[in-house]
Amino acid sequence: MAHLSLTNVGKTYGGSAQAAVADVNIEIRDGEFIVLVGPSGCGKSTLLRMVAGLETITQGEIRIGERLVNQLDPAERDIAMVFQNYALYPHMSVRDNMAYGLKNRGESKAVIEERVAEAARMLELRPYLNRKPRALSGGQRQRVAMGRAIVRQPSAFLFDEPLSNLDAKLRVSMRMEIRKLQKRLGTTSLYVTHDQLEAMTLADRLVVLNGGRVEQIGAPLEVYRAPASTFVASFIGAPAMSLLDANVENGQVMLDGHALAPVAHEAGPVTLGLRAEDLRITPGGVPMRVDYVEELGAQRIVHGFVGEQALAIIDTSEAPLPETVHLGVAPSRVHLFDARTGRRIETASQPVAVPAE
Amino acid sequence: MIATRLRKGGSRSLDRLFPLILLPVALIALGPVLRLLLEGVGLGDGLTSEHLTTVLTREGTRTALLHSLVTAGGGTLISILIGASFAFLVALTDIRGKGALVFCLMVPMMIPPQITALAWMQVTGPSSVLLKMLGLAPPLGSPQPLHSPQGIVLLLGIQHASLVFLTLRAGLRMIPADLVEAARMCGGGTLRVWAQVVLPLSMPALIAGAAMAFVTALGNFGIPAMLGIPARYSTLPTLIYQRLVGLGPSVLPEVAVLSLLIGLVAIAGVLAGRVVLSRGGFGLVGLSGTPLAFSLGRARLPVEIALWAFIAMILVLPLLALLATSLIPAYGVPLSFETATFKAWHEALLVQPVTRRAYANSLFLAVAAALILMAICLPLAWLMERRPSRITRLLDGLIDLPYALPGVVLSIACILTFTRLPFTDLTLYGTIWIILMAYLARFFVVMLRPIQSSLAQLDPAMEEAAASVGARLGRRLRAIVLPLAAPSAAAGAILVFLTAVNELTVSALLWSSGTETLGVVIFNLEDSGETVMASALAMSITCLIIALMAAVQLGARHFPKGTIPWQS
Ligand SMILES: Nc1ncnc2c1ncn2[C@@H]1O[C@H](COP(=O)(O)OP(=O)(O)OP(=O)(O)O)[C@@H](O)[C@H]1O
Ligand SMILES: [Mg+2]
Repeated sequence: MAHLSLTNVGKTYGGSAQAAVADVNIEIRDGEFIVLVGPSGCGKSTLLRMVAGLETITQGEIRIGERLVNQLDPAERDIAMVFQNYALYPHMSVRDNMAYGLKNRGESKAVIEERVAEAARMLELRPYLNRKPRALSGGQRQRVAMGRAIVRQPSAFLFDEPLSNLDAKLRVSMRMEIRKLQKRLGTTSLYVTHDQLEAMTLADRLVVLNGGRVEQIGAPLEVYRAPASTFVASFIGAPAMSLLDANVENGQVMLDGHALAPVAHEAGPVTLGLRAEDLRITPGGVPMRVDYVEELGAQRIVHGFVGEQALAIIDTSEAPLPETVHLGVAPSRVHLFDARTGRRIETASQPVAVPAE
Repeated sequence: MIATRLRKGGSRSLDRLFPLILLPVALIALGPVLRLLLEGVGLGDGLTSEHLTTVLTREGTRTALLHSLVTAGGGTLISILIGASFAFLVALTDIRGKGALVFCLMVPMMIPPQITALAWMQVTGPSSVLLKMLGLAPPLGSPQPLHSPQGIVLLLGIQHASLVFLTLRAGLRMIPADLVEAARMCGGGTLRVWAQVVLPLSMPALIAGAAMAFVTALGNFGIPAMLGIPARYSTLPTLIYQRLVGLGPSVLPEVAVLSLLIGLVAIAGVLAGRVVLSRGGFGLVGLSGTPLAFSLGRARLPVEIALWAFIAMILVLPLLALLATSLIPAYGVPLSFETATFKAWHEALLVQPVTRRAYANSLFLAVAAALILMAICLPLAWLMERRPSRITRLLDGLIDLPYALPGVVLSIACILTFTRLPFTDLTLYGTIWIILMAYLARFFVVMLRPIQSSLAQLDPAMEEAAASVGARLGRRLRAIVLPLAAPSAAAGAILVFLTAVNELTVSALLWSSGTETLGVVIFNLEDSGETVMASALAMSITCLIIALMAAVQLGARHFPKGTIPWQS
């Protein structure tokens, strides 16, 4: 168990001018579950692999506990990693796969036996201990990979998209298992995914990466409620937040010439962010042409246009919809972003983000 | 409706005719092997096992078998050493110039073995022109060190190293990088990771490659003939050759047994390799995109230098020695600016009727084999791919046999089959046609496999689209299948040409005066002491082969993946 700290960490691959990761600062507390999330190619794996010691660190410092690990070998960092493709040794049985790390460390036979048995019990792998990995299902392989990490009792777990090879249903159940296991063991974890739902459900805190840089760090709800940029806004939450060109006039945010909500911001163009689940169909308000409707059963997503800009709202009624509906939104649920930089504009009517403890 | 009826009507006649090509294919490719099997049990003299027992209990047979096993085994060990080192370094590390390195490693295998032997004999021994130039030659009268089992083992090892290399490299590329990363995180030091992860995972490929090298070394005739016969050291192929050449067709039943013996050992080797590959295929689960790769860091340059130095030793040095010998006016004369002459080249290429005839024969045989095989294999491959039946699958499984079996085995089989054509009084023995028949049987797979692989990659939908607009089968084949399969057919044809033009083993047993091939003439020239002319002829063939290989290499982009053996 240990805390992890990344200070100004950066990485530029040899032969490439652009940094794959730049200026990352994260303080990870002991026992915390941190999820790195971002679109493909944003540098998540690179960052994780630098912590693991599989990539050299070209900038900054990484500490595990009090130890500076920049120059340490992967084996000396006392961390365990679960790979996307599991990386199980195909020529070894499940038992030997799990025991491999302990044997290398020279643990006694009794200790190895006990730890493997314990992990097999926790992960319900006991019937498969003598099988080779090729005779296991995808979910079981995933569990063996977890078991291999657990038995070493490392000070941190690293996960690189461990669930991306599983089907949707299995992914949901494995997600819960991983979280429960991590809570029980209390081991500091760094988890990479590009699935925002996985990120939201697993994380104590999210780190949203974009183009190798940190866009925002925060608890899932905090990031959801107060996205720090249009990038985060469109990435976190489903359906994605609608981002529209709007204007502030006379203390009102104006959409397509109609007043939507009062805001405390100086007049001028802004980017307006609206979550589908925050919008309501009201008798008066901004008119929206209905384009098409996605029925989900409990609710429906109504897609339409305000002026020329696309927008989605979630509606829970079942009544047939007219061609044009009118929208309303609580002033506290209006997100404003700088039209030029895309950074969030804090306004008085918005809730103050509660810092995650 | 109309379109489907049209299509059916149009293709019916061709569809019915097509399977007819299976018959000659089966006869040519498998007939001789079958005939040989029958000979083993005494066809002609009534069923008897008399030949079997007399031949197998003879002292000479056992010695030759032992020699064959020893040289092939020793050669395989050397092949493993060379091939595996190159495979690990080329497949797993960041050394530069891999393409050129691999090309150079492939050259020894493409050069005919008797030329390899001839070239190495010019490096060592008392009359080595190269050593004399450097003043390092051993005194006259001292023995040629390569005329020994050790010499045979060494050259067999070098000749077949690329077989181990190619198989192992393909296997190593399948190992995902994250396996090694996982092992490193689990505290495996570099040595441990190698011993516990990389080595076990590459073992099946290594063993399969070794089995292939062993079988090929077992069937090699050129090297043990050039190095072993002067030292009175017989292997099975040279024993067969010596008996047949010395005693004539009367010993056929006896050498048939010998060739069955060597065929059996070869098949055992092939099967062992297959079993290991199929059992050892660990089913590498969840392959990741990134194959394994190590950075050599500061060791890179020294490693590169070592590899190139090695290539220089096994390829450049012998070829230089060969070149030097080909430039002297007479054997024994040292080479200098004053003595250097192209007399032997002139003599070999332009004056001597035998060598000119051999060039004509070999080129004719190689071209004819390539063209005929191309004509047969295109429709055959299509048939196997699109209209598979039990017969085509059986043929597919057996067609490897004439190529995998040692050349002597096939030669004996061909002599048995074609000396008196069944049901007629005609004989092909002593004509060039028997050699052509043997080449057709032997190189069938060399042509068939590339075409098959390119047809397998071809989307049947394209043909169906053409059929739906009413294109008949013949038209479809010409307009769609042929153009798309053409590059691989061309690659196959070049490979057949390359292998056939420098073939020795088969033709050594099948030639007669007037039908000698290049391989035979080099062998005969050296045998009768015309080393200088043999060197000139060998050098000219080597240049031809390297030029052809380079042409294939340059056209590599146009060939489908996997058709050129040294690329993948
Ligand atoms: N070995 C390498 N050499 C050069 N550039 C690399 C290397 N590995 C990754 N990159 C680059 O670094 C950037 C980040 O890659 P990384 O693998 O960390 O992305 P990722 O966020 O994990 O994406 P994904 O979700 O697709 O796995 C990419 O632009 C990639 O092209
Ligand atoms: Mg990644």
